[in-house]
Amino acid sequence: MKKKSVVNIALVGNPNTGKTSLFNQLTGLKQKVGNYPGITVDKKLGTCKISEKLSAEIIDLPGTYSINPNTLDETIVLETLLNNDGDSFPDLVIVVAEVENLKRNLLLFSQIKDLQIPTILAINMEDQMDRKGIFIDVEKLKKELKSEVVLISARKNSGIEALKKEIENYTDWNTDPISNISDKIDPAFFKEIETTFSEFSVYKTWLLITQQRNCIFLSKELQNKINAFKTKNEIIKKYQHKETIYRYQKINEILKETYKVNRSEGSDLRAKLDSVLTHKIFGYIIFASILLLIFQSIFEWASLPMDLIDGLFAHLSELAKNNLPQGVFTNLIAEGVIPGIGGIVIFIPQIAILFLFISVLEETGYMSRVVFLMDKIMRKFGMSGKSVIPLISGTACAIPAIMASRNISDWKERLITILVIPFTTCSARLPVYAILISLIIPNQRVLGVFNLQGLTLMGLYLLGFAAAISSAVLLHNVLKIKSTSLFVIEMPNYKLPSLKNVFYEVIEKTKAFIFGAGKIILALSIVLWFLASNGSSAFKNANQFVTSQVESKELSEIALKKKIASYKLEHSYIGTMGKTIEPIIKPMGYDWKIGIALISSFAAREVFVGALATIYSVESEGEDVGTIKERMAAEVNTVTGEKRFNFATGMSLLLFYAFAMQCIGTLAIVKRETKSWKWPILQLTGMSGLAYIIAVIAYSILS
Amino acid sequence: MNNTIANLKIGESGIIEDFSLDVIPLSLLEMGCLPGKEVKLLQVAPFKDPLYIKVNGSHLAIRIEMAQQIRITRL
Repeated sequence: MKKKSVVNIALVGNPNTGKTSLFNQLTGLKQKVGNYPGITVDKKLGTCKISEKLSAEIIDLPGTYSINPNTLDETIVLETLLNNDGDSFPDLVIVVAEVENLKRNLLLFSQIKDLQIPTILAINMEDQMDRKGIFIDVEKLKKELKSEVVLISARKNSGIEALKKEIENYTDWNTDPISNISDKIDPAFFKEIETTFSEFSVYKTWLLITQQRNCIFLSKELQNKINAFKTKNEIIKKYQHKETIYRYQKINEILKETYKVNRSEGSDLRAKLDSVLTHKIFGYIIFASILLLIFQSIFEWASLPMDLIDGLFAHLSELAKNNLPQGVFTNLIAEGVIPGIGGIVIFIPQIAILFLFISVLEETGYMSRVVFLMDKIMRKFGMSGKSVIPLISGTACAIPAIMASRNISDWKERLITILVIPFTTCSARLPVYAILISLIIPNQRVLGVFNLQGLTLMGLYLLGFAAAISSAVLLHNVLKIKSTSLFVIEMPNYKLPSLKNVFYEVIEKTKAFIFGAGKIILALSIVLWFLASNGSSAFKNANQFVTSQVESKELSEIALKKKIASYKLEHSYIGTMGKTIEPIIKPMGYDWKIGIALISSFAAREVFVGALATIYSVESEGEDVGTIKERMAAEVNTVTGEKRFNFATGMSLLLFYAFAMQCIGTLAIVKRETKSWKWPILQLTGMSGLAYIIAVIAYSILS
Repeated sequence: MNNTIANLKIGESGIIEDFSLDVIPLSLLEMGCLPGKEVKLLQVAPFKDPLYIKVNGSHLAIRIEMAQQIRITRL
């Protein structure tokens, strides 16, 4: 084998083995997130210097217990390892195992070893061996596994150099398989595989035969050949059963000679923590307190940086306007691009804080306990205990939340979770809520302690959860999808969170949000700016027209300018759109200007405030009329002469935003995750229809 | 039917009997829940679902429907 100067390394391992710690240790900040071709599972990549002559491109594959996949993430592992021609195909694989669960970890190792890719076993958490009374005969294990084996501690940064040293010589590694599954299962059947398929090794062909879905990299011809070969499902299952039992037998034999544990049964700390954290009463109290802490922090800690960011971008916008030469380009920068970027950056504090908590809870092993506690309750609503984490993430942003639903293996439970996530109050709704609440709810205390505005906000959050739960119940009863009720989760041992892992996770998730949702928000801010500052002939002739109209009347220059600006807005493209939908939105108590904001916020909700700001600032051209809130408060309903944002309209808007599906980014991600337009369209029509009806009812009762 | 994991009380153990993959998914087998291995019930959530078990060195949570399918010989 010829030595390359850059090798592809795949990191594979069970969840909770510290695989990500090793990845972070090897790559440091040299990480990026890419996509696998054809599917949109995040692909974590990083580079690492192995030696003077050799560097590596490392892929951190999703954690899995076996290469037989149950979830989308696990399918990635199989397809990466089977697709020899793929860009991600590894030159070598590092299987990360953990001292305590070595037996189970070796199942995955033996499967990968049988694929005959150069493979090394890295046994992590060696620093815990003494404390746990574990002894491993590494030399003997190497011989039995026909592989290189290194003991490492990714957290303590030990054994990493030894691992790199081994990798330097990867071309010399033994790539013989260690299992002989054909003889143990059904020699005749496997002989037939061998004679029918010359393309791949017997084991690889067997893996392809056992897969339920088609493999994306296979040619149609080959896939058909494989499908034709598939025998009865029961026989495949029987053979898989035999294969797994055989593999465990073999592993047991190997470990009998190489792995010793001298300790009394179980660790006390784990049992003690479990008895409190999964307790029938205390367990829920603790979980509720943690949730409260998370929400409290999101709003308390994030408000200061958010205000700073808000002020900073307003300042930047002004700076651009005053210092750049006047013209269309400057307007685009000052009114389109800068506020657009500001609209993305403002959410970073909340998203970062949320993911800080989630990643700490995941690192410690607590999340599995939440899944355990919540599963029965969530199932009553057609979801799974695993839906809790996506639903909590949904309070920051629905997009990462929907992606977090991937580890729900039951399709019906996963689909319901995806469909109801957008009801949870995401941070994009917050600026809308904040400004409307401050306009229509008096800032006063109730019962001496509670702030009325705060209570309203909390009410809206609860409303969002109630809507999510009740629509889940509805979907649970309506959707006719067979449930497999396959639910197995590992309850990992408790660990102190690694600051490094938490830090990288927060950075990665925040980046994913900025570049995923951010692009759309920015693009739409620019489109919106364009639509508001251009229009058909009436728009272009606004100056002449208005001037001729008012010729007879005595008008000050400012009043004239204002009139022109207002006429322009009305006849801009977006004004025309607002006017067109005015009859439809009138029953909710809105005029065409709010209509403009509504249309714009179908891209992303928070654009609502920005759009109103743009509308009123375009209208007030040049004049300083104070903050957006003051402008909104001053706006008058031309028909009734009342304030435009009175209690009825404000409530109707709040309720509309609580229920309506207004986020192109979410719709796009739902399409990708469900592989169908059916579900995002259902969300769009169902949620927005509900929002419309409720807003109309609220307005007619209150006005 | 009083010889499945679902009938264990907290702290009790049993030995898993042979089963077929038609009723028990491959993934459970792969996570170490094998025939002949000892299984211990550690904890149950309210309404006795899911169940928190220790089997063959693995700590797992499974739902009651699945626990009712796994026959055991009590210890």
